[in-house]
Amino acid sequence: MTHRLEVTTPSPREIAMTRVFDAPRDLVFDCWTIPALLKRWLTGPDGWSFSVCDVDLRVGGNYRFVWQHVDGRDMGMTGTYREIVRPERLASTELFDMDWTDGEAHVTLVLTERGGRTTSAMTVLYSSEKARDGAIQVGMADGVAAGYDRLDGVLAERMAAE
Amino acid sequence: MTPSERLDATFAALADPTRRAILARLIEGEATVMELAEPFDMSQPAISKHLKVLERAGLISRGRDAQRRPCRIEGAALAEAVGWMEEYRKVWEGNYRRLDTLLAELQAHKGKA
Repeated sequence: MTHRLEVTTPSPREIAMTRVFDAPRDLVFDCWTIPALLKRWLTGPDGWSFSVCDVDLRVGGNYRFVWQHVDGRDMGMTGTYREIVRPERLASTELFDMDWTDGEAHVTLVLTERGGRTTSAMTVLYSSEKARDGAIQVGMADGVAAGYDRLDGVLAERMAAE
Repeated sequence: MTPSERLDATFAALADPTRRAILARLIEGEATVMELAEPFDMSQPAISKHLKVLERAGLISRGRDAQRRPCRIEGAALAEAVGWMEEYRKVWEGNYRRLDTLLAELQAHKGKA
């Protein structure tokens, strides 16, 4: 069953996303913090996959993600973990290499569990309202540019490699 | 206003709960300032201030009748803002659908172990 994703803008500088998952929160937390698992899902629009996924899961530790599109383009992002409370809370900064969000954004993930189900609430706080709208625009551009037809091949290859 | 400035104005206008409530009311049909002020515990000048923000963002327009100046909702600016949000949402819906699959797989493995 696919649960509904709620996207809201609680303040001019924030985007909040809430979603329920049919799994306990320790598993959801692992999927956010273990590279082998992150690579399986945090791949964004069709046509993209991870080329770098490094995680140093300590407060003050960095993570580095680079995604590559099937057409060769890539997109990198670096951040620092600020708070790690497994399995309920993960706070970090994020900064894209191209810095289209005008400086660091602060990401807070809160996981609550009830009856074996997890509610994931993620809030991204941008440096300004302009930065937030920029992030939304980038999401759109990539969505449109994605090469849908080649996704199956990329996924099949990746799964075979794993 | 450039499209980007227009969008800034739209998001700023939508960030306020009173203004969202005014828009929700206007979806049902046009209304005067007095009619809009009624359900809120607010003076007409306060409501007028909100209406100015909404008007500047292109979210509403005001009638020419000098007495009543009824407000009506304008779909284009709202659709543009919602459209961008929708694309952002689509990217994350994709991510989270893959996460659903992965979580189901991980639980199946756990069950077997």
